[in-house]
Amino acid sequence: MTGTTAKTARPSGRMPGLTVRVASGRLSGRLSPRAVATGLLLLALLLAASVAALMTGDYPATPADVVRTVLGEGPPGLELIVGRFRLPRLLVAIGVGAALGTAGAIFQSVSRNPLGSPEIIGFTTGAATGALLALLVFPSLALGAPTGAVLGGLVTAVAVYSLAFRRGMRGDRLVLVGIGVNAVLMAANSFLLSRASLQQAQDAQMWLIGSVSGRGWDEVGPLWIPLIVLLAATVALGRGTAAMEMGDEAATALGVPVERTRLALVACGVGLTATAVAAAGPIVFVALAAPQIARRVARRGAPPPMLSALTGALLTVVADLVGQRLFAPVQLPVGVATGAVGGLYLAWLLSREWRKGG
Amino acid sequence: MTTTVPTAKEAAQPDARLRAQNVTLAYDERVVARELGLDVRDGSFTVIIGPNACGKSTLLKALARITRPSAGAVLLDGAAIAALPTRKVAREIGLLPQTSTAPSGIIVADLVARGRYPHQRMLRQWSADDERATLDAMRRTGVAGLADRFVDELSGGQRQRVWLAMVLAQGTPIVLLDEPTTFLDVAHQIEVLDLCADLHEEGGSTLVLVLHDINQACRYATDLVVMSEGRVVAQGAPHDVVTADLVREVFGLPCRVLPDPETGTPMVVPLARAGRAAQVR
Repeated sequence: MTGTTAKTARPSGRMPGLTVRVASGRLSGRLSPRAVATGLLLLALLLAASVAALMTGDYPATPADVVRTVLGEGPPGLELIVGRFRLPRLLVAIGVGAALGTAGAIFQSVSRNPLGSPEIIGFTTGAATGALLALLVFPSLALGAPTGAVLGGLVTAVAVYSLAFRRGMRGDRLVLVGIGVNAVLMAANSFLLSRASLQQAQDAQMWLIGSVSGRGWDEVGPLWIPLIVLLAATVALGRGTAAMEMGDEAATALGVPVERTRLALVACGVGLTATAVAAAGPIVFVALAAPQIARRVARRGAPPPMLSALTGALLTVVADLVGQRLFAPVQLPVGVATGAVGGLYLAWLLSREWRKGG
Repeated sequence: MTTTVPTAKEAAQPDARLRAQNVTLAYDERVVARELGLDVRDGSFTVIIGPNACGKSTLLKALARITRPSAGAVLLDGAAIAALPTRKVAREIGLLPQTSTAPSGIIVADLVARGRYPHQRMLRQWSADDERATLDAMRRTGVAGLADRFVDELSGGQRQRVWLAMVLAQGTPIVLLDEPTTFLDVAHQIEVLDLCADLHEEGGSTLVLVLHDINQACRYATDLVVMSEGRVVAQGAPHDVVTADLVREVFGLPCRVLPDPETGTPMVVPLARAGRAAQVR
């Protein structure tokens, strides 16, 4: 009665897609050709944007100069500038973007909602609150903004998660509770700024916009080491995450420890958000948009974490480039560029979700 | 009640791998089923029926360890499933939930392949066995020709076959299906039930279905479980269990039970309005 055999009957039973099996079957998996193609395309774009970023600045350089310099054979002056300033800044931008993209993918998957992103549900703002507290209220502890950001992000996550958790986790509840907590934290941040001295407030405000300018090698390690660990953990949780896209019941029936997997994922997402905020301040929009862009390009249901990481890195590097070049010699922090585009995107997303839900 | 309920102990048969023993099921404070016992006979096509909110879906979820009993235990080979590693249970018991969401943009073969989760490991994610089981499941459910189609594009009947294929790919000896016919028109309902019967006959697996339609249940079930208000009120072969008295007591529906002209199984025919009014008075 249904056309179950009507369309293109496959003569030979064969799985579509790419099957990989090496080491006599000890290592095996399946890949979607479209995901692989998307990944390669994003990598190529990221490489191109990186070269452009390394060319950008007062000391002019051609792409060939830049490539030679990175390989260690460039002109000495450029070598100093690229090695000391532009390369670490680029690596911070890539790392922060990748962390935010992955964190966004995690929270959007867990909440099954494109709005379930760390800057909407309070984690980013909470990390900023932590940093402000460290800078303005407890300067004597000498924690610094990064440590404060990590602590603030963790405390916020615990608060949001426990407020939203009632016999299991529901995505819409996480988003709604998170929006409420976010509003409270925004007010707290404004309050903290209003109490600070003018100079302090200005410094803190600069930090709150989010910027990668002036980042050096000292920031690269503390960003990339946790980033790599958390990305690996996220990939390891990936199959369980994929099963949970079908609903908790189906995932449990397949043998996925659903609540444990979700908690581990949220922990990874919070860790990634806090790491990114610690390195560059609360850059908005990347975690919100990167997973949705990656999902659409790869034509996947849930945001794929690794492709979201690449997209996030690309977005951040491009936003930093735009901020440096658009009104040159005036330099805009990367957070301004992402914020401007992000506001428009959020308005579009909200109106679309509203129509769909209504 | 007209039918006596054997307690779990009396009914204990040696050939039931999956059992619910004195199970109490509750959502918050609301008790859905109290001290319920059920043995699922190995190799049976068991169908659970009962009026709305009698606890039949909750019981099925408990059998699949989706819902935890607040007292008592569901046993698999004598061990409480709540205490067993969830992956181990997933190699023995498969479940087709009432509602599952196909991730948008997924193709049929990939969705069916997800049934292989409990057999996969971190590094060995796609063995030759996985491939064989997935292709076999698609062939048996007649969706092999749809392997590279998007699940979103399929009709309701096709989609249900794909979900069945996913559960089959899991390769479990026991398969639970929670109202697999609910959103389908009558022709597709029969199609899905025929498919279940085929799978039961050729695979020798144990099937447990929750169904709404008594007559369909009588046609397909080898074992019928009738529930009412959180209790099993009757259990056995359909022609031993289904009587006009039982249907009136359990469903509150005055009726006659006739042999189905096609299959000879019991067929419930509600009395005409006049007759029902007379009976109620």
